[in-house]
Amino acid sequence: MNLELRDLHRSFGGVTALDGISLSVPDGEFLALLGPSGSGKTTLLRVLAGLEFVDTGEILFGGQSMRGVPARERRVGLVFQHYALFRHMTVARNVAFGLEIRPRRDRPSAAAIRDKVAELLDLMGIGELGGRYPDQISGGQRQRVALARALAIDPLLLLLDEPFGALDARVRKNLRIWLRDLHDRMGWTSIFVTHDQSEALEMADRVAVMRAGRIEQVDTPERLYAEPINAFVHGFLGEAVRLDCPVRDGRADLDRFGAAPIATSLPTGPAVALIRPHEIALRPGPGAARVTSIHVSGPLHRVRVSVNETILEALLPADAWMPSVGSTCVVDLSRARLYPGNSIR
Amino acid sequence: MLIGRTARPASVVQSRAHHATHRPWWLILPTLGLMGVFLVLPLCVVFYEAMSRGLDPMLAALAEPDALSAIRLTLLVAAISVPVNALCGLAAAWCIGRFRFPGRSLLMTLIELPFSVSPVISGLVWVLLFGANGWLGPWLDTHGVRIIFALPGLVLATTFVTFPFVARSLIPLMQDQGAAEEEAALTLGASGWQTFFRVTLPNIRWALLYGVLLCNARAMGEFGAVAVVSGHVRGQTLTMPLYVEALFNDYEWVGAFTVAALLSLLALVTLAVKLFLEWRMDLHHESLL
Repeated sequence: MNLELRDLHRSFGGVTALDGISLSVPDGEFLALLGPSGSGKTTLLRVLAGLEFVDTGEILFGGQSMRGVPARERRVGLVFQHYALFRHMTVARNVAFGLEIRPRRDRPSAAAIRDKVAELLDLMGIGELGGRYPDQISGGQRQRVALARALAIDPLLLLLDEPFGALDARVRKNLRIWLRDLHDRMGWTSIFVTHDQSEALEMADRVAVMRAGRIEQVDTPERLYAEPINAFVHGFLGEAVRLDCPVRDGRADLDRFGAAPIATSLPTGPAVALIRPHEIALRPGPGAARVTSIHVSGPLHRVRVSVNETILEALLPADAWMPSVGSTCVVDLSRARLYPGNSIR
Repeated sequence: MLIGRTARPASVVQSRAHHATHRPWWLILPTLGLMGVFLVLPLCVVFYEAMSRGLDPMLAALAEPDALSAIRLTLLVAAISVPVNALCGLAAAWCIGRFRFPGRSLLMTLIELPFSVSPVISGLVWVLLFGANGWLGPWLDTHGVRIIFALPGLVLATTFVTFPFVARSLIPLMQDQGAAEEEAALTLGASGWQTFFRVTLPNIRWALLYGVLLCNARAMGEFGAVAVVSGHVRGQTLTMPLYVEALFNDYEWVGAFTVAALLSLLALVTLAVKLFLEWRMDLHHESLL
């Protein structure tokens, strides 16, 4: 089912949680809402589920307005951050819940419910856990139960709130791949919330980067990483250093860092350059940069240089020219991206 | 919070191991002695005095029409005020445990009010409101409604005094559990009532029973507030505690102690059930982890 959000606004007693969210999600997409905590991503998820309401704006599910439609009629599968499994029910009863509470005329037979539960648990790879209680299974298993429970009602839209937040790193890695595969196989439309950029970039078809109740940029992971629309997005996705570089007459001045100026179309005034460690190059020569340390980590060398009291970290491939600690060299910042404003923001 | 809970059993084990070698008997013995004198001895005296002339006078004392009336009245008052308090306490706990709203902490304080006010005042309030010289007294009189010195007054006073029990046993638990499970139920298509009966209630049932139990014990044993509004008409407005006092004042020792023994029995049963519920809640609490 495709999803359309038009100019959603929501504030809680003076605090703005959603500040003009517009977004459309095509059928079958796996979208990530990425942002720091407090950026409004969980509020947006709750608004979609019908657990929270917008002050103004329109939500359309498959072209149909969700205004005034309560949570229980939206057919949205929501997987809570801490799973919110019913602790007094077995795993099987948890999964069956959404079917068992239906009014008699819509309710499948007991046998049909049993089959459906078994099928879902098998799909999640936890077919043998039906008789256990939530406190008797591991975090990763609970997460699968929560997903099975949400899927039991054949949701039109699947929402996941920090789906891997409460899991340890190894389980997380496996679950990511598993969930992404499952999404593709089942043809769901899913939105998941995360504050972990690597998770978003690795899993999602598109990523919506949020800040302070607004969507800063929605794009594929490749384009987001390669062409961030502003300094915030650039800095939030992956490692980057920010350098002040005033622009004068179409040239950004990086003299302070011992690097050549960069030609730009930005107007004269303050600007900021962002560059990722692997984009920084070092060349031999009598430059202003002094190498303070070199760490070898895997195939890349992390070289730390100090230029006029600014510390820059460069990630150099092992086969690149390598300075020695204490020597000077020239810093090449030509691959930096420039944004208007200054780095305070 | 979770860390605190998981840490608790470990520290208990530790302290047990520690004290196994060195028990502070100089603290334990006086405590046991005091408990014996203040708690066990009075109970024994009550039962001893009640049975001092054998079983027949006891049964005769209980068969008195006034005694039967007192028992009936006590049960009736409890049967009305306990369910009322269970419902209101549940509603209050739900509001406070699940929502943030202006005046929330004031409401919490108000719920505790009956505990901090002397029971006599709790009774007096109703007399001032509904008594013959009270604000609404004359109006009630002309319409033939009796509240003070009658059943409604007893119920009002008892309900007021016992209000906090259910709310207080539920609020911490409901705050702790949060609304996530209820929200999950809603997104799965459950109606408000289905959510309440299938998700909320099962999660709080032991704490609710615990509150109801304490509420009931107090409702049946309440003396001060009820004494003010009762009017002390034998066979009509005397609950068991008031009846005990009346008999005692008339030097009817066996009768007084027999009814007192009945009340004590109630206390013992309450204590046993309370222990059971606490054990159940602990099990339930562990399942929260």
